[in-house]
Amino acid sequence: MREILGDIDRWRTQNKRIAIARVVDIEGSGPRDPGAAMAVNQDGEVCGSVSGGCVEGAVVAEALEILSTNSPGRLVKFGYSDDEAYAVGLTCGGVVHLFIAPLTW
Amino acid sequence: MIYSALAERIRNNKPVVLLTVIDGPNLGATLLASPNDSKLDTLGTLGDPELDRVAVRDALGELEAGRTSVRNYGPTGQVTPEDLTDTPIVRIFVESYSPPPQMIIFGAVDFTAALARVAKVLGYYVVVCDAREVFATKRRFPMADEVLVTWPTPVLAKLGDNLGARDAICILTHDPKFDVPAIQGALATKVGYIGVMGSRKTHAKRLERLAEVGISKPEDLDRLMSPIGIDIGSRTPEETAISICAEIIGKRVGRIVPSLSNSDGPIHK
Repeated sequence: MREILGDIDRWRTQNKRIAIARVVDIEGSGPRDPGAAMAVNQDGEVCGSVSGGCVEGAVVAEALEILSTNSPGRLVKFGYSDDEAYAVGLTCGGVVHLFIAPLTW
Repeated sequence: MIYSALAERIRNNKPVVLLTVIDGPNLGATLLASPNDSKLDTLGTLGDPELDRVAVRDALGELEAGRTSVRNYGPTGQVTPEDLTDTPIVRIFVESYSPPPQMIIFGAVDFTAALARVAKVLGYYVVVCDAREVFATKRRFPMADEVLVTWPTPVLAKLGDNLGARDAICILTHDPKFDVPAIQGALATKVGYIGVMGSRKTHAKRLERLAEVGISKPEDLDRLMSPIGIDIGSRTPEETAISICAEIIGKRVGRIVPSLSNSDGPIHK
């Protein structure tokens, strides 16, 4: 999360609601290790990344839904074995597990 | 509150570990643990005091090892398989923030500026050291975290105990007055990488001078990567910096890379 602190701070001073997506686990080949993070604010602005650009679009959609429904967060899986693999998967064939949750702490 | 404390610890390069419930009861609950010498500060809760205690204990071990992982517990901190049957599982994401690795560069030359820049890209805390105050200035090395005008011996006496496998010492002076004590000091640490700049001829002469001060054990000399870097035909300071950092990465993860120190023939063709 180190590299996205600056953007998060800025959004916090603007009182934006923020969701953070973090890689918690990878199976097989994955571009980013556990701990990689991206943040999305209520306006759909993004900082950081959780893959090589393969799943970020889908993460934004999930994050915005989490923010709009006051969800406490959820685990989301992207990858080859997923039903949606053809829609938003990792081209490297790995599986990435993300935890996406609002920054309420 | 937890976020601010986390951000402050990260920015000040202090170790900190963040625990988040990612599955099970109290989803999204967050706890921050910040070790300070012998004292431990915690902020937040995972929903149960015993779970907090057990998970923090484990998380401090993960932090020590620099690992980020997911761990499973029962709702009151149960860990053994028999205690975990018939109970919901709490999955906790343990996120370690260790201070960044350090790179100490001896010698304030053009190569130093390029190397410091590349090292910053890779996330190193960079210290530049040279005894000549005309050259060792913050103005010449604005990207360095510290610029020290002093000799290698006191620097390594002060910083050496904290150096480990992830850290690097790069000796870019070609001056025997400076590089011999730098090598002596570096060999006394557990630093993972020691690179020493110079041509093959320079290195051969340096080995003679090192022998004069009693450094001749093969296990010591094997630690010295000299000529420094891998064989990619680097010419400019920037290219050389890439070649040095590539060697550092390869050595850290245990890959065999085409180090110049393991080959012979001309460095520049």
